[in-house]
Amino acid sequence: MEKWWDSVRSSGTLILMNKRFIIKLLLFLAVVGLLITPIYFLTKNIEQQNISTGFHFLSQEAGFELSESIVDYNSFMSYGRALWAGVINTLYVAIIGNTLALVLGVLLGVFSLSKNFLLSKFCYLYLNFFRNIPLLLQLFFWYGIFTDVMPAVKRATPFMGIIFSNRGINYPWFSHPGAIAVILSSIAVSFCLVYLVKQWAQKTSLRLKIAPLIFLFLLVEIAQIELILRFFPLEYPAVRGFNVSGGSSLSPELISLLLGLVLYTGAFIGEIVRAGILAVDNGQWEAAYALGMTKIQTLKKIILPQSFRVALPPMTAQFLNLTKNSSLAVAIGYPDFVSVANTTMNQTGQAVELVLLIMVLYLVTSLSVSSVANMINSKILGVAKR
Amino acid sequence: MKRICILALLMFSTSHAGTLDSVKKNGKLKCGVSTGLAGFSSPDSKGVWRGLDVDFCRAISAAIFGTPDKVQYVSLNAQQRFTALQSGEIDVLSRNTTFNLTRDTVVGINFAPTTFYDGQGFMMRKKDGVTSAKELDGASVCTQQGTTNELNMADFFRTNKMKFKPVVFESNEEVNQAFFKGRCDALTSDKSGLASERTKLKNPQDYVILPEVISKEPLAPAVRHGDDQWFDIVKWVIYSVIEAEELGLSSKNIDTFMKTTNPAIRKFIGLSEGNGRALGLSENWAYNVVKNVGNYEEIFTRHVGNDSPLKLDRGLNRLWKNGGILYAPPVR
Repeated sequence: MEKWWDSVRSSGTLILMNKRFIIKLLLFLAVVGLLITPIYFLTKNIEQQNISTGFHFLSQEAGFELSESIVDYNSFMSYGRALWAGVINTLYVAIIGNTLALVLGVLLGVFSLSKNFLLSKFCYLYLNFFRNIPLLLQLFFWYGIFTDVMPAVKRATPFMGIIFSNRGINYPWFSHPGAIAVILSSIAVSFCLVYLVKQWAQKTSLRLKIAPLIFLFLLVEIAQIELILRFFPLEYPAVRGFNVSGGSSLSPELISLLLGLVLYTGAFIGEIVRAGILAVDNGQWEAAYALGMTKIQTLKKIILPQSFRVALPPMTAQFLNLTKNSSLAVAIGYPDFVSVANTTMNQTGQAVELVLLIMVLYLVTSLSVSSVANMINSKILGVAKR
Repeated sequence: MKRICILALLMFSTSHAGTLDSVKKNGKLKCGVSTGLAGFSSPDSKGVWRGLDVDFCRAISAAIFGTPDKVQYVSLNAQQRFTALQSGEIDVLSRNTTFNLTRDTVVGINFAPTTFYDGQGFMMRKKDGVTSAKELDGASVCTQQGTTNELNMADFFRTNKMKFKPVVFESNEEVNQAFFKGRCDALTSDKSGLASERTKLKNPQDYVILPEVISKEPLAPAVRHGDDQWFDIVKWVIYSVIEAEELGLSSKNIDTFMKTTNPAIRKFIGLSEGNGRALGLSENWAYNVVKNVGNYEEIFTRHVGNDSPLKLDRGLNRLWKNGGILYAPPVR
């Protein structure tokens, strides 16, 4: 008897499973069909019109110049190289922009909860103002500051060696390319020195105050800077011919792009930080005060680390937003990846390939940023569970 | 976003053969023009598109429908134009576009005869005191993204061993704003385009166009690959406009030729049949073109010549008989 029941039950589940299986299969086929049909029409249309396909254009000589590039690039180099320069320019904006936006956002978030009426009202106004104006408009505004407000390059006068003009900001810089490495390593050396002194002081149980230590550090730094400047003199910018030459410069396009992105995204991050702080239970504040911690200590050691847990996922979204929004650079002439891809698309006619490349680049950056954020997130959650 | 849409169109649009049939069925010609270049294609104060490029769209409409007004203008920037044509968003591209090998082959389009022979030049502020493009070492130069100008500029500075800083924008408006506000020392574009931008200013006398011509820019309408009949129609409409000037036919006098015995003119205006059937049009297609739009001289004078603010010299755009290079094969 039991066997009979069992067989009915199992065959019943089998039929049920089969039904489900068939529905799943049909759905799967429909999705695949939806994906394949456009690709089929695309290839057919391209073939019919004799439009060339493939990525071999990447090795052809590009023939156009970029206004700025971090990697070495000129018009003799290939389209591939030009696109690579664009990728680096995009990443450059994304990294600097996200760092600055994070700093600005944390400050805004913390200060908007301040008891100081002026400060909190200012932050409130800022958050609402910058979040509610379209980013493109803001970019045009900052770019307009350069083209409309800044003096023409020939009338620009240096201010402490820095020239502000409608061609950007030119500042004194080392003419020798190795100077930066020397400076960074010397700073590292002096940090090590200070650390060693501190260790030694602890070992000999000598009670050193922090003030003389900082004083010592500054003294060493000043001596170092003097020495470095002796060997690597600064080159001051000056107006020669059409433009400013000498020193180093930030172009109006880069500055206005960064300003726009940072001020806009910073406002969103500020809101997220504020929400994160408010999400921490009030008891945490009270407990910290009860232990005799000051407000800043409480914020630093108790509240911000906990609020970070709440704030991280939406903040990741903002980092991704900034990275993707950097493609608005086309409007103000900064040669980011999309801008270079646009030019390449027009010179070679390989629209499909380049749109694919653009999609892949943003997908890869977005996925890698979010995977890093997820890693941090799971680590934080793990710590909290313990 | 627009790019993605166009790409999607490219995916879903089916066969393109039979453009003439689809134009007739829709009752209108979809013509790709610029976002606004005075003299070539720009909307007037009433919002009606006018210009040399626009007149060729009107001529095609006249050849097909007998009236020049059945045109839907699609305004495109330099960067969208080819994908718009490839995807079938437009039937013909008449947008100051330079004819070159890459575009004619791998981009998948066919160029009709040149409607305007141009060359690239530089515009400067007069107060900079520059008289030759060879003095531009170290200058910042504004230009539009995705144009042949962008390449020619790099070549020019490279061959003359000079340094420069390109500043490129997606939209033509942005390019001009940047130059006129002083972001760049020079603006580079086709010379006719420079002259056209200058006419928009309050103080055109403060700007000079340098004498050098650094490239050949034959501006020609284009159609997509794969429809020979449509290519033939666009090609011969342009030739008919040039041929009309050579035959002495204009919009004003063409009606007086209805009883002519000149065989070339009889063939041209369709009194002796054949041309129309060969192209798949009515026999009086060329008559309709000239009657409604005019011959090349009329179009040129109206939009970029003496009757326009641009006041360009015809230069290379004269008929071959008058020292130019405009030459139409026999329309028969």
